[in-house]
Amino acid sequence: MLTDLTIAAARDGLRAKDFSAVDLTMAHLHAIEALNPRLNAFITVSHAKAVDQARAADVALAAGEQRALTGIPLAIKDLFCTEGVRTTAGSKMLSPFVPPYESTVTAKLLHDGAVFLGKANLDEFAMGSSNMTSAYGPVENPWKRRQDDTAVLVPGGSSGGSAAAVSARLAMGATGTDTGGSIRQPASFCGLVGVKPTYGRCSRWGVVAFASSLDHPGPFARTVQDSAILLRSMAGHDPKDSTSANLPVPDFEAACRRGVKGLRIGIPREYRSDGMPVEIDALWQQGIDWLRAAGAEIVDVSLPHTKYGLATYYIVAPAEASSNLARYDGVRFGARENGGDLRDLYERTRAEGFGPEVRRRILIGTYVLSAGYYDAYYLRAQKIRALILKDFTDAFGRVDALLAPTAPSAAFAQGENMDDPIQMYLNDLFTVPANLAGVPAASVPAGLDANGLPLGLQVIGKPFDEETVFAVSTAIEQAARFTALPSLRAGG
Amino acid sequence: MASGGCDRTPVRLNEGPAVGSLERHRMAYTIEGSTGTWEVVVGLEVHAQVVSQAKLFSGAATAFGAEPNSQVSFVDAAFPGMLPVVNAECVTQAVRTGLGLNAQIHPVSRFDRKNYFYADLPSGYQISQFEHPIVGTGEIEVELADGSTKVIGITRLHLEQDAGKSIHDQHPTKTLIDLNRSGVALMEIVSEPDIRSPEEAGAYVRKLRSILRYLGTCDGNMEEGSMRADVNVSVRKHGEPYRTRCEVKNVNSIRFVMQAVEAEATRQVEVWESGGTVMQETRLFDSGRGITRSMRSKEDAHDYRYFPDPDLLPLVLDEDWIAALKASLPELPDAKRARFIQSYGLSPYDAAVLVAEKATAEFYETVATGRDAKIAANWITGDFFAAMNRLGRTIENPPVTAAALGGLLDLMADNTINGRIAKDVFEAMVETGKDAATIVDEKGLRQVTDAGAIDEAVNRILAANPDKVAEYRSGKDKLFGFFVGQTMKALAGKGNPALINETLKRLLAA
Repeated sequence: MLTDLTIAAARDGLRAKDFSAVDLTMAHLHAIEALNPRLNAFITVSHAKAVDQARAADVALAAGEQRALTGIPLAIKDLFCTEGVRTTAGSKMLSPFVPPYESTVTAKLLHDGAVFLGKANLDEFAMGSSNMTSAYGPVENPWKRRQDDTAVLVPGGSSGGSAAAVSARLAMGATGTDTGGSIRQPASFCGLVGVKPTYGRCSRWGVVAFASSLDHPGPFARTVQDSAILLRSMAGHDPKDSTSANLPVPDFEAACRRGVKGLRIGIPREYRSDGMPVEIDALWQQGIDWLRAAGAEIVDVSLPHTKYGLATYYIVAPAEASSNLARYDGVRFGARENGGDLRDLYERTRAEGFGPEVRRRILIGTYVLSAGYYDAYYLRAQKIRALILKDFTDAFGRVDALLAPTAPSAAFAQGENMDDPIQMYLNDLFTVPANLAGVPAASVPAGLDANGLPLGLQVIGKPFDEETVFAVSTAIEQAARFTALPSLRAGG
Repeated sequence: MASGGCDRTPVRLNEGPAVGSLERHRMAYTIEGSTGTWEVVVGLEVHAQVVSQAKLFSGAATAFGAEPNSQVSFVDAAFPGMLPVVNAECVTQAVRTGLGLNAQIHPVSRFDRKNYFYADLPSGYQISQFEHPIVGTGEIEVELADGSTKVIGITRLHLEQDAGKSIHDQHPTKTLIDLNRSGVALMEIVSEPDIRSPEEAGAYVRKLRSILRYLGTCDGNMEEGSMRADVNVSVRKHGEPYRTRCEVKNVNSIRFVMQAVEAEATRQVEVWESGGTVMQETRLFDSGRGITRSMRSKEDAHDYRYFPDPDLLPLVLDEDWIAALKASLPELPDAKRARFIQSYGLSPYDAAVLVAEKATAEFYETVATGRDAKIAANWITGDFFAAMNRLGRTIENPPVTAAALGGLLDLMADNTINGRIAKDVFEAMVETGKDAATIVDEKGLRQVTDAGAIDEAVNRILAANPDKVAEYRSGKDKLFGFFVGQTMKALAGKGNPALINETLKRLLAA
């Protein structure tokens, strides 16, 4: 099945003319047609545009001009603005919005020959860990519990549509964004590799902002190598983003082959909480053993401020969001609910356009920035954020990378964790520190829980040292030999 | 009712350096109330639009008067995913301005978001510098009408974005939005509360505008809105700490700044003296009625929820770069004034008048170069300014060019015409646009320097006035002027004054 190929294999197949780019894209479009009505992984399928791009890829291939992603069909999280293709951010607020510009990351992917199948579902404005907050409906995780295949599981979030699409073979890879774990947690829930690169590695220009200092674009793929191929195309300096790093982009694919012999891998002791499920703990230990067996040295390290990570995150992220989302006021673009006067227009538009989770975070963010509360919340959170970064800097003085679980559980069912926002926020426990510190991190599928659901391990690296993250991730991938398949998949 | 103290009613509110009303005795400006004498305390926040090709954080153009919404980028309209990138040109201009205000330049500054909702504020926040401005404390010296000077402290200068414009009067039910101004760079220049009178407030804004224009960092056109002032006013009895201040927003001319200080101070004295309390609030100046009106009270004030803009990194300036900018600054008004006094021998007052506007100083130097610098100054501050004001012209569009005025001065210097005739020639130049030499030739105004002709005229006058000649010779020296006048009249005003004097002395002594 063409849809089962890795990006690396498809690249070789296209070059060898084993099949055409149109064949490859059509296979995925057919899979979307068959499965998307159920999975709801795509909000918008850009069928005609995808076929045009595939034809152009075939012309390029015929001329012997193969770029890194020529003819590779991808899903694009519907947070990336795509020129002429509706971009909703999973919100009613942007339901009529068709951007007149292409985000830097997607422009780079197009430049490298990628085919865009459509726009992937997500939590509204990327706020969520379940994809349940999307105004375009929830996404179904293609994986099923072994004992109970009737339960509809969440794919994680916020990049739930991207993860479900790649997992169910509706796309070979996808873009996501990770503000507090929104790539790594869905990757863990759907048995995929998800990479959150260093802050500044991928441009945020043209990506609908959630929390500017925490938003990281990154890739989803089914193998570490594929994710390295995607990240190399997505990354690079962008003068239009002041926070973009002016550094050369390394050959991440080559870094996957480096091995881990002699690397020092830190095990952060604070990640081991009392309430940690036994399965997660066991998986972590398994990962430690694999890396030791592959020649790495295991070192116990301390990240003492870890326990403040979640609280810090849920101050900083809503604060920035409350300001970033002020532009959705019904005046210039997007949805509008007319009112008697300007204030009425704002209130109606924003009450109608934003869902409950987005409204909650805007309120939290507005509160923590208010006069009289700023020092107690926002300022203090920024100070703790600096301490969390220092934790990582200190640890990376002794080790080359860190190993930790990605999420505290496997995928949960739709409806679970819905009553208590705090319970939902706990999903981000292991992922938010890397966002607060801006360091690169990846989730790699490492095993199954008792229900047969995938679990991921997280590799965290030094700033701008994604290469080591890829090397360690590859070692885990090779040792884990993760071959399980989701129940719902193309041809499955 | 409050009235002006020191016999100086607080109604002296003419714009301009109050030429002709010089007061030698410097008296503090006060308001005489029923409970005593009140001092006025004023601090100004001036918003000056930066002269730059592009906006502060986008590449859109900044020209004034363009078609509505024709100079708007996706960044300015706050489209999803758009990011600000600071424009180096605007940063350079702010640093140059700071240097021109003798101020500290902060090598590290930061941009913050000031959050509030308004239809002409697309992103829902203004990017400004709240805690860490690019420029810190500085000072400027202002010249007052009595010839004295005063130093006014500058608290800070920071960069921020302008908002768009809401237009309420173009449609019966709708408000139209023009985003051309959205994102244009402004410098907010905050003074210390060192200002003590309407006159000082006016002099401060005038001097600040002069410095900005010299630097080319703001065009200072208040009528186009490229410079506007928020006026903070409080009053107190002598020796008291500061009392509550009110802020009069968006005052858009120097005259209105002075009037707003006056009106607001008077209002506050009345409030205090009638047993009330001045509440901290934002007010507007109603120029038609000459009063201030409440806009919003402190309770209604926005909570702007300032926080560092996460889309922008701290602004870090290289010390060598700052030093290079400092070295390349143009000569500023104070330095130019000192040089005019030193090299041209001008009076401090004339020098101050000539340097107030860069264009005037340039005009003066064109005229003065290679000529008698004092005569050039007298002509420009005298007949030339008079003609310019009378005709409503400006120094950029003068009634006669600097070259033409120089030509007139040359005809005086080489004795082609005398000073009296020169005034007539000047008026003819203004009227006809012809140069001085042409007018002199056409009208036959060439000075009589023929000693024989002057001898003959003097002899005729002496012969016609034997009694006056006798009186003069018996000691009535004052009559000399009479003989000069009669001789000049006989020569139709064209006689060389020096020759006439010399001839008269010789022949009267005979």
